[in-house]
Amino acid sequence: MTEEIIIAGFGGQGVLSMGKILAYSGIMQNREVSWMPSYGPEMRGGTANVTVIVSDERISSPILRSYDTAIILNQQSMDKFEQTVKTYGTLLYDPNGITKHPTRADINIYRVEGAKKAAEMGNTKIFNMIVLGAYLKMKPIVKIENVIKGLRKSLPERYHKLIPLNEDAIRMGMNSVEIVQEVK
Amino acid sequence: MGELRLMKGNEALAEAVIRAGVDGYFGYPITPQSEVIEYLTAEKPEERTGMVVLQAESEIASINMLYGGGGTGKKVMTSSSSPGISLMQEGLSYIASAEIPIVLVNVVRGGPGLGDIQPAQSDYFQSTKGGGHGDYRLIVLGPSSVQEMSDFVPLAFDLAFKYRNPVMILSDGAIGQMMEKVELFEPIPRLTDKEIIERYPWATNGKPKGGERRILTSLDLDPAKMERHNWHLQKKYKEIEENEVRFEAINTEDADYVIVAYGSSARISQKAIQLLREKGIKTGLLRLITLWPFPYKQIEALVGQGIKGFLSVEMSAGQMVEDVRLAVNGKVKVEHFGRYGGMVHSPEEVMEALEQKIIGG
Amino acid sequence: MSEITIKDIIKSGKVVYQKTKLMTDTALSYCPGCGHGTAHRLIMEVIEELGLENDTIGIAPVGCSVLAYEFMDVDMQEAAHGRAPALATAIKRLWPKKTVFTYQGDGDLAAIGTAETIHACNRGEKIVIIFINNGIYGMTGGQMAPTTLIGMKTSTTPYGREVSKMGNPLKITELIAQLPGTYYVTRQAVHSPSAARKAKRAIKKAFQNQLDDKPGLSFVEVVSNCNSGWKMTPLYSNEWMVENMFPFYPIGDIKVGGELVK
Repeated sequence: MTEEIIIAGFGGQGVLSMGKILAYSGIMQNREVSWMPSYGPEMRGGTANVTVIVSDERISSPILRSYDTAIILNQQSMDKFEQTVKTYGTLLYDPNGITKHPTRADINIYRVEGAKKAAEMGNTKIFNMIVLGAYLKMKPIVKIENVIKGLRKSLPERYHKLIPLNEDAIRMGMNSVEIVQEVK
Repeated sequence: MGELRLMKGNEALAEAVIRAGVDGYFGYPITPQSEVIEYLTAEKPEERTGMVVLQAESEIASINMLYGGGGTGKKVMTSSSSPGISLMQEGLSYIASAEIPIVLVNVVRGGPGLGDIQPAQSDYFQSTKGGGHGDYRLIVLGPSSVQEMSDFVPLAFDLAFKYRNPVMILSDGAIGQMMEKVELFEPIPRLTDKEIIERYPWATNGKPKGGERRILTSLDLDPAKMERHNWHLQKKYKEIEENEVRFEAINTEDADYVIVAYGSSARISQKAIQLLREKGIKTGLLRLITLWPFPYKQIEALVGQGIKGFLSVEMSAGQMVEDVRLAVNGKVKVEHFGRYGGMVHSPEEVMEALEQKIIGG
Repeated sequence: MSEITIKDIIKSGKVVYQKTKLMTDTALSYCPGCGHGTAHRLIMEVIEELGLENDTIGIAPVGCSVLAYEFMDVDMQEAAHGRAPALATAIKRLWPKKTVFTYQGDGDLAAIGTAETIHACNRGEKIVIIFINNGIYGMTGGQMAPTTLIGMKTSTTPYGREVSKMGNPLKITELIAQLPGTYYVTRQAVHSPSAARKAKRAIKKAFQNQLDDKPGLSFVEVVSNCNSGWKMTPLYSNEWMVENMFPFYPIGDIKVGGELVK
């Protein structure tokens, strides 16, 4: 099993930390992981992205041009990364702020109202955990208990009281993800 | 099994510095490796192990602090990125000549000049051919994972003290900034002052009672003596070339073509050989671990084995390729491929380069 | 008549002068009449008197005293030009119980090594810096130093130093005395027996401060001559120094116990 993921959105949406929690969860599940933040001119314009790879094998390139899954959280990232999803791959997005929805017919497309649900739950900071939940529902590459372990490892102790809220957010994402199209 | 953590390359290196029983870190912040000194100051190593951490006024001061501290037999190190390493070249030349064991880390960024803060491998010449003035060599280790950023710290110190020679860990912005799973090694206790005095009789830590004073210098105004000192250094370098070549050969046994790469380029190339093999093109990877000493003999052996062409992949305009050409000695095709100035090649680009430059060309 | 041996001449109780124990037998490479030899001797006497022979690490600079380690019989390192305070910083930090000193000339300390000097002083490194100021680059053949006086002729100011071109002589000692990190700052000379005695007391105080773990750096400037570079006889160079250098670089303590004098 190797899952190559790009997570892309605005800086401040928790893109990098979502990737980090996913990578930590992978370690908790005895997987090899890599987390590579955006590099090169991609860093300009307030966008942030991170490539996360979770695998059973030693990971070769941490830098990729095509992905099994793209998690897209703003329009710029949609413009840039929709075409990088491998055929039969997965695109998960939050429609909030998206003006041009994905059009590819050869990939699985899912959506999650992460921003809206986070607002409903009264904490915009858990937005990324809702999206993570949605992703794990469609691609259960790590178990929820390992995500919680990963959170425990990656969050400073003073934030551990927030772990139950994050868990709720993950479940919210799992329950609210919608299928736009499935090809395989 | 040691403790598992998800860490950035720079953080794993910094944690390894504390665990390796290092006595002193002297450094000056520069992107993309400032996490090293930030991590070290946050970790309070003076409490954990008694290690000294000092932010120097410049890279020039840092390297000369290593000259002083290393000269006393303590384990000292610094880290920087390309422009800062350029500033250290004078000190490194002195340190190499005075045969002081120190470790320095270069998390390479795009250049020349101030360049940018993105990953690059364009300091290969500077690192492997000396860098400063005079005939000298650094032992150069090229980590290609976060794990190796950690593991190479104790290895670098072992080599530095074994040969009384400066050792460089030549990393790049990608390895420094990426996070991976790392298994941390068990802490190695710092040597006591008494142990240092006993082990390193050359070190200037106070003239032994009833003994001779020790002098550490790179100066001898008598050219005949200076030539003798150079002979001594060259003999040592020869010994290092004989004994310390390190590399990893991946899928080279049945290969028709071999990519030579190190650091993050080796990782990207590993994916490229996978893509090439999916297409039926049998390609192997020679991943260098020591950049100096360079595996000339091993590449020569691959030529003898029947490899039809070599692609040197590096984030530079073509530096390491010169050594690959020296090793291949015109017998088969050798080409360079790489992005540079802070741009990073993709596995697909590497694959296409091999198809076009080596097979098609 | 029996032959007279050295033992008949030198008898116990009659010794009025002898070689400093911690000076090696190597003949000094300095020009006859130069102050370096005296300054070396004073430092080595102080180290011997304080019992620090086995606990001292000295740092030699680049300049005429680049070979200081040939003459000083303690553990020594030879630094790159201007960087002695950086070496000393690390050694003292790593071996806080050892005594560490640098020996530097004006070009080394006040030109190429200004940053290392100021920052070691500013951090309050608990080391001793001995600064030999003779207003010229002796080793490279008499070029202008940062401390060269206005109007003074050197091989790179052949018509005399002009402020409009080369700026003013740098009073680095007064400068570093302003920094809270310096504990003891003094300016001395070694051209006469009485000056050498005072200089030795100052050097001893500087080393004693380090031994006593006083908070800060001890800095001893020695205004000295360079008869070769100044193109003067040794005797005349000392007279010239008294008349011309001392008014600009006045002898005496500048900072004692962390407090500026006056």
